[in-house]
Amino acid sequence: MNALSVRGLTKTYRNGVQALKGIDLSVEQGDFFALLGPNGAGKTTLIGIVTSLVRKSGGEASIFGYDIDRELEAAKSCIGVVPQEINFNLFETPETIVVNQAGFYGIPRPVARERAQKYLKQLQLWDKRNHASRGLSGGMKRRLMIARALMHEPRLLILDEPTAGVDIEIRRSMWDFLREINRNGTTIILTTHYLEEAETLCRNIAIIDGGRIIERDRMSNLLRRLHTETLVLTPTRPLMEAPRLEGYPARLIDEHTLEVEVSKDQNLNDLFARLSALGIEVLSLRNKVNRLEEIFMRLVERGAAA
Amino acid sequence: MSTVAASAAPRPLALGRARWVGFKTIIIREFHRIIRIWSQTILPSAVTATLYFVIFGSVIGQRIGSMGGFGYMMYIAPGLIMQAVINNSYTNVVSSFFGAKFGKHIEELLVSPLPSWLIVSGYVAGGVLRGAMVGLAVTAVALFFTHLPVEHPLIIAAAAVLTSVTFSLGGFLNAMFAKNFDQVSIIPTFLLAPLTYLGGVFYSISRLPGWAQHLSLVDPILYMVNAFRFGFLGVSDVGVGEAFAIMLIAVAGLYSAAVVLMERGAGIRE
Ligand SMILES: Nc1ncnc2c1ncn2[C@@H]1O[C@H](COP(=O)(O)OP(=O)(O)OP(=O)(O)O)[C@@H](O)[C@H]1O
Ligand SMILES: [Mg+2]
Repeated sequence: MNALSVRGLTKTYRNGVQALKGIDLSVEQGDFFALLGPNGAGKTTLIGIVTSLVRKSGGEASIFGYDIDRELEAAKSCIGVVPQEINFNLFETPETIVVNQAGFYGIPRPVARERAQKYLKQLQLWDKRNHASRGLSGGMKRRLMIARALMHEPRLLILDEPTAGVDIEIRRSMWDFLREINRNGTTIILTTHYLEEAETLCRNIAIIDGGRIIERDRMSNLLRRLHTETLVLTPTRPLMEAPRLEGYPARLIDEHTLEVEVSKDQNLNDLFARLSALGIEVLSLRNKVNRLEEIFMRLVERGAAA
Repeated sequence: MSTVAASAAPRPLALGRARWVGFKTIIIREFHRIIRIWSQTILPSAVTATLYFVIFGSVIGQRIGSMGGFGYMMYIAPGLIMQAVINNSYTNVVSSFFGAKFGKHIEELLVSPLPSWLIVSGYVAGGVLRGAMVGLAVTAVALFFTHLPVEHPLIIAAAAVLTSVTFSLGGFLNAMFAKNFDQVSIIPTFLLAPLTYLGGVFYSISRLPGWAQHLSLVDPILYMVNAFRFGFLGVSDVGVGEAFAIMLIAVAGLYSAAVVLMERGAGIRE
């Protein structure tokens, strides 16, 4: 069963911008799915169509088999959405906001109150439940939108950059929280510009660029496709020029930073043997960027060139 | 087999119940909004009405004598109540719905499974609620100044509710088309206020010259005020049946327009 299935989806905004140029995408029930792409790629537009905030120009979309043209009410009841931008009433309190949202999904008030307590506590907002929400910090506002999206316990949770502007500690606790929800059976679609986040959380991935899907694969397959990695080495003594290491392109960034490209079939012992032979001792070693980021950049650059 | 039946059978009922909860939630939210900003929602009309009673009723009214066979104060009381109902129904929906559009929290409703007609109905119910609250407040003020007979209670209720629904729908449509706060206040100031003042709130049109009487008859508010007044005093400048026909047509037309536009997402869905 597909949680989300989209065929030939197009969107042209009134100002003539063609935001989606024919999107085909399906997300399996139970998946934790990353929807990635540079700014303006069309991610929010796609989510907008699925959640009926944006009218599509063409194509089809269905949620758990419910077509958004024919069975909109059923389709909508399956989705919880955390939008990219703050969209609650800043004069209302967090508790009112989440309880009312549950009401809009038909959940009676007593049940909604219990759930409000559960989710506001889980998202560490319970202490703030009676404060006007305009007084919440940016990170708290995002968490409030997550609590709100969960109130009707949706089968599909769509998060549009939920961790933007959230500090590292909270972000990690949000990751644990989302993993837990996903383990309990909720399908999750996540967009983010923190690729480390996508790499850690998601099992499947689509990359969208210029309104088209340019990649759709399992996360593990995609990462395996990366043939070379860039390592950043810190030598014990300052270097004057990049050493010549046969088979390993090297660049000196500054006298304490050496970048070396290593392909998948090469091994590090060999690299270190060569460095030792040149009398270079290595103090520390790290990956230049995370692996997904590297693939992402290549794919998107290729897309831009085409 | 039995599981299929079990899951299929209660669906319409469950759907109806869910919609009812959603509808009530919109009303509760509107009620909280009215209470939260009571100094902008309830107070102004009560103060204005008091001033009208003091000035027109006590000071000037003494000179006017009777109108339609009643003391002037008694004659204008239903009109002033109706004026409050009209203004408050309209303003409540236009500002609440436009505020929701402006602050983007209209999206809370748009992503929910509630159908368009129910969202429209919820906002309208909010407008009627405020119309009723303020209408009762002004009635209380009126009773300080004058006795008010009740000839036909059902006509009073029906005229008040239909008028309130009409102007709530008007406010809803205004909010859908409005692009900024100026466009929210333009209709109440330049259309609603003159139509109300010329709609027989303060006088019987029989006192006007012939041409002005005819002109007055194109003002829909004249019919609403007179139907309402008829409920209290038993007198009207226009046919009461005619007045109700006009109100029903207005409600049906405006409601259909609001639902169709909402369904299309005019001004709210990209
Ligand atoms: N309401 C709108 N009216 C006109 N054009 C729009 C509108 N919303 C988005 N666009 C355009 O559509 C394209 C896709 O935008 P969208 O917001 O879907 O991108 P995104 O992938 O979510 O980007 P980001 O990562 O910055 O959030 C962009 O070119 C954008 O300028
Ligand atoms: Mg976006």
